[in-house]
Amino acid sequence: MVTPTLVAAESGISRELMALRVANEIKDGSYVNLGIGIPTLVSNWIEGRDIILHSEIGMLNTGPLAEDRQIDQDLINASCQPVTELPGSSYFSSADSFAMIRGGHIDVAVLGALQVSEKGDLASWNIPASGRGTVGNIGGSMDLAAGARKVIVVTEHVTKSGEPKIVRECTYPLTASRCVDLIVTNLAVIEVTPEGLVLKEIAPGLTPEEVQAVTEPTLLVSPDLKEIQL
Amino acid sequence: MNKVCASVDEAVADVFDGASIAIAGFFTGGGPIRLVEALANHTARDLTIIVQSVGVGNWEINLLLQNRQVRKVVCNYPFYRSVSKQSLFERMLQAGEVACELVPMGTFVERLRAGGAGIAGFYTPTGAGTSVAVGKETRVFGDKEYLLELALRPDFAFVHAYKGDPQGNLVYRKTSRNYNPEIAMSARTTIAEVENLVLPGDINPDHVHTPGIFVTRVVEVGRPSIRVTIEAAPEEVPAIHS
Repeated sequence: MVTPTLVAAESGISRELMALRVANEIKDGSYVNLGIGIPTLVSNWIEGRDIILHSEIGMLNTGPLAEDRQIDQDLINASCQPVTELPGSSYFSSADSFAMIRGGHIDVAVLGALQVSEKGDLASWNIPASGRGTVGNIGGSMDLAAGARKVIVVTEHVTKSGEPKIVRECTYPLTASRCVDLIVTNLAVIEVTPEGLVLKEIAPGLTPEEVQAVTEPTLLVSPDLKEIQL
Repeated sequence: MNKVCASVDEAVADVFDGASIAIAGFFTGGGPIRLVEALANHTARDLTIIVQSVGVGNWEINLLLQNRQVRKVVCNYPFYRSVSKQSLFERMLQAGEVACELVPMGTFVERLRAGGAGIAGFYTPTGAGTSVAVGKETRVFGDKEYLLELALRPDFAFVHAYKGDPQGNLVYRKTSRNYNPEIAMSARTTIAEVENLVLPGDINPDHVHTPGIFVTRVVEVGRPSIRVTIEAAPEEVPAIHS
């Protein structure tokens, strides 16, 4: 018999489709910041849409990655990838960039996660067991988690070793408390509400029980539970 | 007013033992490479370095670490992203040879801006309820908790600009602007390396990013060579600059 954990680790939708599901969640007219990892893939699904990408290094309307001939050492995103301008791009200092973030001007931040708690606490910057102690790469993650109007976490449902990433209480150091609004995983779309975590959508072929088996807190199954909306 | 120095060595000559130095740049972008190299050729020790990342992308910071010139680093991105890849700074930190103060990115730059603007501190929501809040005063405004963060007022600031004039007016280019404007205003002595030194009047006053009042010295260094991307770069090897 296959254990629930193995079902979870090998089932569900691809990282690309997780990114598509996140893109579907973002409304036209939004200013959006994408974190490193799966969040970056969201940019592949918003081309042609009325969405403006913010890069914390100090750029709005960040364009696609630069091709060889276009590479400009003075034009990179926050992950140091060479990028391009779009019509309407702007540059500004890091102080202005973080004023946009903290000041609630960024409509959506899409972030990766190590752990998300049932209250919407986010841990995303430090695994204590990694040997790095209390020091880690905070970067702009705490500002984004605390400041963006809506925080969407996109992550694999469980760790590589099968541990739940959606937990009752985060055991890793927090990025921000009660900041996450929506969790998109390879198995499910889960909304953080004052009543608890609501299972709204589920990957094709899975049952709510299978998702619950790899999720630490109790999920409230939405009365109109759907397949993940792609 | 003429703030032009003939060389980077002359520009950093008065850095003293125990000084604090804010160094601009965001990983590979917009850092004062030549000034840091000049500092590595200087005898100053026990330095506090305020910098975004520590030898990740800005490889020349490793020269200061190798020379054992650094006592403390204030930063927001100390390590390689991959846990399996250890930087020189990570090894020195674990060996207790250097101290680290971790500051979230937005707080980092706002503390420098506050230092330059004569503001002693400010309340920010960033880091509330996290390890960053430990030992800090907190206050609730509305229904939200904020942390008191104090200004940074370093002895020196090193910045990199695309263009500068003898009065110290600076123009940055694209995303290489990043921390440069706030770091330029933060310090008692600000040293600007510029790719192009131009005559007074050559910069349209409407296009000045950092007014010369914030800048103490200007030195022309030319255009740096293209730097590798952060994850592909060899560990600890400072880039060779043409």
